Amino acid sequence: MRHIISLLLENEAGALARVASLFAARGYNIEALTVAPTEDETVSRMTIVTCGDERIIEQITKQLNKLIDVIKLLDISGSGHIERELMLLKVRARGEEREEVKRLADIFRGRIVDVTSQAYVIEMTGDSAKLDAFLANLAPGQIIEVVRSGPTGILRGERGLHL
Amino acid sequence: MELSGAEIVVQALKDEGVEFIFGYPGGAVLHIYDALFGQEDVKHVLVRHEQGATHMADGYARATGRPGVVLATSGPGATNLVTGIATAYMDSIPLVVITGQVPTPVIGSDAFQECDTVGITRPCVKHNYLVKDRRKLAETIKKAFYIASTGRPGPVLVDIPKDITDPNIKVPYHYPQSVSLRSYKPKVKGNPRQIRKAADLIASARKPMIYSGGGVVLGEAASELTELTRWLNFPITNTLMGLGAYPGSDRQFLGMLGMHGTYEANMAMHECDVLIAIGARFDDRVTGKLDEFCPYAKVIHIDVDPASIAKNVPVDVPIVGQVKPVLSELISLLKSSGHRPDPDALEAWWAQIERWRSLDCLRYDRESALIKPQYVIEQLWEITGGNAYVTSDVGQHQMWVAQYYRFEKPRRWINSGGLGTMGFGMPSAIGVKLAHPEEEVVCVTGEASIQMCIQELSTALQYKAPIKIVNLNNRYMGMVRQWQEFTYESRYSHSYMDTIPDFVKLAEAYGHVGMRIEKPEEVRPALEQAIAMKDRLVFLDFITDRTENVYPMVEAGKAQHQMRLPPWISTDRELA
Ligand SMILES: Cc1cc2nc3c(=O)[nH]c(=O)nc-3n(C[C@H](O)[C@H](O)[C@H](O)COP(=O)(O)OP(=O)(O)OC[C@H]3O[C@@H](n4cnc5c(N)ncnc54)[C@H](O)[C@@H]3O)c2cc1C
Ligand SMILES: Cc1ncc(C[n+]2csc(CCOP(=O)(O)OP(=O)(O)O)c2C)c(N)n1
Ligand SMILES: [Mg+2]
Repeated sequence: MRHIISLLLENEAGALARVASLFAARGYNIEALTVAPTEDETVSRMTIVTCGDERIIEQITKQLNKLIDVIKLLDISGSGHIERELMLLKVRARGEEREEVKRLADIFRGRIVDVTSQAYVIEMTGDSAKLDAFLANLAPGQIIEVVRSGPTGILRGERGLHL
Repeated sequence: MELSGAEIVVQALKDEGVEFIFGYPGGAVLHIYDALFGQEDVKHVLVRHEQGATHMADGYARATGRPGVVLATSGPGATNLVTGIATAYMDSIPLVVITGQVPTPVIGSDAFQECDTVGITRPCVKHNYLVKDRRKLAETIKKAFYIASTGRPGPVLVDIPKDITDPNIKVPYHYPQSVSLRSYKPKVKGNPRQIRKAADLIASARKPMIYSGGGVVLGEAASELTELTRWLNFPITNTLMGLGAYPGSDRQFLGMLGMHGTYEANMAMHECDVLIAIGARFDDRVTGKLDEFCPYAKVIHIDVDPASIAKNVPVDVPIVGQVKPVLSELISLLKSSGHRPDPDALEAWWAQIERWRSLDCLRYDRESALIKPQYVIEQLWEITGGNAYVTSDVGQHQMWVAQYYRFEKPRRWINSGGLGTMGFGMPSAIGVKLAHPEEEVVCVTGEASIQMCIQELSTALQYKAPIKIVNLNNRYMGMVRQWQEFTYESRYSHSYMDTIPDFVKLAEAYGHVGMRIEKPEEVRPALEQAIAMKDRLVFLDFITDRTENVYPMVEAGKAQHQMRLPPWISTDRELA
């Protein structure tokens, strides 16, 4: 099962390395990992997408919690949550393709943010499944480059993950 | 008060009340060594190899409960520490390890004796720090002691670049009384609802079993454990790390469990209906084949580390907290509620256990013309009344101590269980002896293990640590040979050494007393003679029966009740 784990951790040198080496040392999966500072400069927020059965996910959350730099942690996939990932995509766009790519991008609420005679750069956000679906709809060979940020997420409702 | 970084390190250790620091100098720590010069509050013990320093500090910590402190230089000094740090980490032993680092401006430039100490040790420490601001040095050292010794204890390393200890730059010094970390709040008390559930489950038990481990020793809860066990009249077993937390010669004690546990302990585990696990972590040397482990039991598990709970074995009643307050709470709840388990069921259960026990699975040939290693340990136990501090190395000799030396008190049995580090025994015994100069301290070792840190014999002389070394010399890496006998059709691939030093001469060369003992009748007099030499280190080289094996044994892949017993014992014949 796929899980999204949100963490607040001390914004200290080495905190990221501790999380990464924990996953490596214990053989846990990391599908994606994002990290950035928060409104409080002493705290970073990290989102980890991982997979495993219930027992493994329980161990992952417990082992993460054990790291001294981890302040708080929540497996947000257990409750109603919003998941977003940013994708920047460079596609070939020549002749008739130009209209078709634009139409498809519109349907997926993507924006064309750079245009040349041969190519578009499209910006798109959404959950990972939506981004996958968009990519699947492009013609083979059309994609020049894909850059994905990895998912981030937040709980629905009033409840939040904060200090 | 304004101090340099180097002075801050030394002053912080004094303020922390540190008695001993085990170390070895080098370029990156010379400022700190200069600050140590001429003061007597923190006694520096100069080792012969940095690994020895970690094991000495570790032995000191295990014997006293206070963190052991280590000091080493950057690069090779730091890498030499790794085995000892990992040893402490696996057994949850509090250490504070201070290492020098190359100066901040050259970090990352492959400078002389540079290595990424924080990176190398990260997987085997509870936490580590690289100090880049001398104003944070004192607080960081305080945090290191706090983290090392609270919650589930463990080693903490503080890496200090040389420029931070510069004697010419002084900053205000303040050593905090206490620190608190928002990201680290270890639990102390257990959840009352869970404790109530545990009490109910205990009251419903018909075939209960207490399985307790190193957490009871670390958590200073031996008296609570004993009170609970006696009040309930339940059978109890200890892990290798828990020995001594319950009196070893008590009737309710079934001996150690696990790979080399007793027949009665492993059978009672297998058949029990309620298992109370206390400060133990369901290690694979205990459980054997996981899916056949305690098949009939509901499990209560008390542990300060949530990650230990339900890691290997599903748990019905998890209780996160320190063993001491949780057990006190549980005892008072059980006593006030007044209901105890069905006494008839308990009596029948004890009858069953006594039948298992009647097999006397640890019996061995006492008539042999060769020295039996078990006999040496039994004699040692008798002579010291079960009250010595005994350290060991790793191998068969370690298991024979666990089986035949009945520890009456906690913190007396000091060995490397989790990492199984050969070379641990003698240096750790030195650490224990320095902590408790008046106590009898014995290191039981093997001819292979002792050679891994033999150089510390020199440290023992310099700092007057008159330990007794009991070398069970079977001219084999016995534990390896045993596995090869059982699973590799006796192909003894590289498990013996063609050249073994003359240990008597070796001991003498280091300024100690050496004795070789070759006949069973000489065993007891030799031990008595050695112990009578109060202020000398005596190296006793016992030439033992080289083919002896450790029994019982749960072989790899077997369930815990499927023990291999010695050829001279048969369950079919004797328990029919
Ligand atoms: C050659 C060899 C053979 C071995 N054979 C055996 C064998 O036959 N039987 C055996 O038992 N072991 C054996 N071992 C040792 C084994 O590898 C493990 O080290 C041992 O079983 C672990 O003991 P433990 O479960 O008590 O855990 P420990 O490693 O002592 O861990 C303690 C547990 O208690 C918790 N804890 C710590 N402090 C507290 C506190 N204050 N309050 C609450 N909880 C706390 C910790 O979180 C941890 O979960 C062998 C080792 C070697 C080298
Ligand atoms: C540093 C290290 N290397 C290798 C091992 C694997 N090992 C475990 S027991 C053992 C043999 C120990 O021999 P000895 O010290 O003579 O003890 P004996 O088993 O003969 O009592 C070895 C090599 C280990 N535990 N530690
Ligand atoms: Mg040997």
